[in-house]
Amino acid sequence: MAEPFDIAVLGAGPAGANAALEASRLGCRVVMIDEQSHAGGQVWRAKSAAVLSAPETPETSAGNQLRKAVSQSAIAHLGDARVWQIEQVPEGWSLQILVGGRSETIIAKALVLATGAREFVQPIPGWTLPGVIGLAGATSLMKQALMPPGHRTVVSGSGPLVFFVASEIRRLGGTVAAVVTPNSRMDWIGALPSMCRRPDLMWRGMVWMADLMLARVPIFWRHAVSDVRGEDAVSSVQISKLGPDWTPLRTVKTVTSDSVCLGNGLIPALEAAQLAGLEITHAPELGGWVPKVAKDGSTNLRGVFMCGDGVGIRGASAAEIHGKLAGLSAAEFTGKQVGLQKNRLYARYAAASSFGLAMTALSVPRPGLEKLATPQTIMCRCESLSRDQLLHEIEAGAASTNAVKSGLRAGMGPCGGKFCQTAIARLVASTKGLEEGAVPPHTARPPLRPVPVSALAGDFAYSDLPIPKPAPL
Amino acid sequence: MTQAYDIAIIGGGIMGCGTALRVAKGGMRPIVLDQGDLGQGASGVNAGTLSLQIKRVKLMPYALKGHAEWESIGDAVGFRKTGGYTVAFTEREAELLHERQTLKAEAGAPITFVSNNALRAAEPHLSHKVRAASYCPDDGYANSSLTGQYYRAQLRDNGIDYKERAAVTTIAGSAGGFELGTSKGVISATRVLLAAGAWLKPLAALLDVELPVQARINTVSVTERMPPLTSTVIGHATGLLTMKQKANGTVLVGGGWQGRGMPQEGRGEVLSSSVAPNLALAQYALPDLAKARVLRSWTGFEANVPDFYPLAGALSGVEDAYVLGCVRGGYTIGPYIGKLMGDYILGREPELPLFDPGRDFTKDVI
Ligand SMILES: Cc1cc2nc3c(=O)[nH]c(=O)nc-3n(C[C@H](O)[C@@H](O)[C@H](O)COP(=O)(O)OP(=O)(O)OC[C@H]3O[C@@H](n4cnc5c(N)ncnc54)[C@H](O)[C@@H]3O)c2cc1C
Ligand SMILES: Cc1cc2nc3c(=O)[nH]c(=O)nc-3n(C[C@H](O)[C@H](O)[C@H](O)COP(=O)(O)OP(=O)(O)OC[C@H]3O[C@@H](n4cnc5c(N)ncnc54)[C@H](O)[C@@H]3O)c2cc1C
Repeated sequence: MAEPFDIAVLGAGPAGANAALEASRLGCRVVMIDEQSHAGGQVWRAKSAAVLSAPETPETSAGNQLRKAVSQSAIAHLGDARVWQIEQVPEGWSLQILVGGRSETIIAKALVLATGAREFVQPIPGWTLPGVIGLAGATSLMKQALMPPGHRTVVSGSGPLVFFVASEIRRLGGTVAAVVTPNSRMDWIGALPSMCRRPDLMWRGMVWMADLMLARVPIFWRHAVSDVRGEDAVSSVQISKLGPDWTPLRTVKTVTSDSVCLGNGLIPALEAAQLAGLEITHAPELGGWVPKVAKDGSTNLRGVFMCGDGVGIRGASAAEIHGKLAGLSAAEFTGKQVGLQKNRLYARYAAASSFGLAMTALSVPRPGLEKLATPQTIMCRCESLSRDQLLHEIEAGAASTNAVKSGLRAGMGPCGGKFCQTAIARLVASTKGLEEGAVPPHTARPPLRPVPVSALAGDFAYSDLPIPKPAPL
Repeated sequence: MTQAYDIAIIGGGIMGCGTALRVAKGGMRPIVLDQGDLGQGASGVNAGTLSLQIKRVKLMPYALKGHAEWESIGDAVGFRKTGGYTVAFTEREAELLHERQTLKAEAGAPITFVSNNALRAAEPHLSHKVRAASYCPDDGYANSSLTGQYYRAQLRDNGIDYKERAAVTTIAGSAGGFELGTSKGVISATRVLLAAGAWLKPLAALLDVELPVQARINTVSVTERMPPLTSTVIGHATGLLTMKQKANGTVLVGGGWQGRGMPQEGRGEVLSSSVAPNLALAQYALPDLAKARVLRSWTGFEANVPDFYPLAGALSGVEDAYVLGCVRGGYTIGPYIGKLMGDYILGREPELPLFDPGRDFTKDVI
């Protein structure tokens, strides 16, 4: 086996890439692993090769700078590589990686987890129809392929992403039939003081809004898409007025469209952290369940550091700075001198976080939104389980996400629970009259991504299988 | 304070719930306490193999009865009697297979040896490298993940109280029996049954009894849905592979490969160095499995004492305290030995003998 790395970084987004750059700059041997081909993460996702000549945006230029810095560094960057297992070993930490159809092992003294976030989509009738995509998913599609999600799109969801997506669709030549958001104008005014700490980002938001207003795109404040209609694809959506806690009150309009973007904020991707053994706590203001991580990225597990949106949704700017902090902390752990370098970053981290957290506060769904799901609405897509089936199981006594998983297989399909567990935990909590913080996610288990048996088996001779002594007779 | 229960059963796995149902039928008022959810210990995460071919010879009569119990429960736990093959790939394994299955057949399991042609006709996707195979028509499986759901409904229907997320942390003797301190208040009961699986040692220590219980950390993996690949339960001569394709198309692979961790510290950890050879062996037996993607691997704690026979009977030195656990192949045998235990607590003569928890584990006394 090759000599262990000093540091393995999981995730090459703003957080992971900056952690890797800092540690590498200080002379650490760093490997950075990501399932995407190129560094940049979700926010600075690289364009696919077919559309490289397209004009720059702030995202692509920040991403290009980062990719350039990575390629000029000594970082060993493993793209198209999925980490499926994390284990503590005597040398530090070992990662099992699926790359090119094979499973390989990487060992490092320290581990930096920078797994980012994924989005939460509140299940509503019709949300499984082709033509419905996630709001954040739409940003990925547009960054990579430079194509709008359809000809005529309804863009619906909470927080800033809804305006970004709408303006991107227009920039790429699509039509926005309506913008629908559960936030009110007052919600946004309330966020102004925190937004003022990052005037640059606030300015970008104002440009999106101005564009939508000039184009006379209808904006439905304090509304939600309550039903997506169509036979085999989207044909129209219904829009409902929401109450103060986002409970749907009444349907106000039907809008024709061939595509819908839906999203209700981001949640930290913490399975890798759980697998490594980090403790988690519930922090709604950070997007839900988060691992316990200090502001310099250190954790109470020896040699494990974590940064970026995976420890709380603070946004890309904060992720960048948090990544630097975690990179420095990890380098320090491997014996490098970092002096006062961390101290210089804390104030910037606080300012960026304050902006990001204000956006998260706007994005986090309020309790009433759950009522958009009707008894027949599919909640677990892999196993096609409706809200009614889940409710029946919970009312019969299944009072945890693990118990619901055991009884119905919710979370045992290919997504491993990534798309259903938040909604299921909320349903358990609301049905049992518990706080969301009393219903933790189900036990995290490998593989973090599906792995073919052939990759696990590898090339082996039967006689090499380490077959232990048979059990007593 | 509420009236004392006739018995507090600590542990809501198969052993605890099975016994609770029996004593309730016999007129006692039990309560079942679990530190987590019912059926989230070994009973809810095991491979669900109901195979007589992997049972210990001396436990065969219990396993045959356990089979009958699961069969009568049927769909509620996804019971399927599919028949099962145990295969050997080398000369040595073939000898082992012959020797072991002969003894098991003598103990009452309807096991026969089959030709390669017969095996191929029945299981065309199986590897042609099989040297020898045995067959048992009674073998099959059930869905262990339904254990919690099933017993929760049974306890309800039989009016039996249970508390989940109620870990027992103290047990004090009192005039009328026992007072149990739990995270959900104090429970009084005339008797106690320790049915805490891999957690028996710390639990018995609360009564100052030392039980030499250890835990194995078994690994199970499941694939995505696949087209039909096998219709029976497939095992390996060494016991290091059990495999079946469920009605929904997923393939469940087990065999007792070891993860790591301690029962007191969470649910245990999967080790890639165990999963890899376990799945390699599965793929060797069923080459088409190569294409299947593994979606989840997990571990569970299986308790045992040094002689690998059950603890089932009165706890020595403590009046009105009982213990049931450490049953090898306990998923299969569980519902039956729970009944025996219930009868014993009710003061009836059990149909088959129990296993004295006070025996000398270093001597071959069973
Ligand atoms: C789909 C999506 C789109 C978004 N778009 C925007 C946007 O346009 N503008 C904006 O301001 N914010 C956006 N966000 C928010 C985003 O999370 C940013 O705040 C920022 O990207 C966070 O940086 P990060 O480095 O913490 O995580 P990320 O950028 O998410 O980076 C995490 C990286 O880890 C990799 N990874 C995770 N697990 C594994 C694994 N097991 N194996 C291999 N690789 C793994 C991922 O591929 C990813 O590249 C988006 C979020 C999502 C989920
Ligand atoms: C991975 C695996 C695969 C297996 N495969 C098979 C198979 O294919 N076929 C087969 O026949 N057998 C199999 N077995 C064996 C079988 O699962 C066990 O023998 C059986 O389930 C044990 O049941 P139990 O009730 O004794 O233990 P458990 O099901 O573990 O129940 C013990 C319960 O006690 C609770 N508890 C512990 N301490 C306390 C406390 N202080 N207070 C309150 N509650 C407490 C726990 O939470 C737990 O729910 C397997 C075992 C494992 C682990």
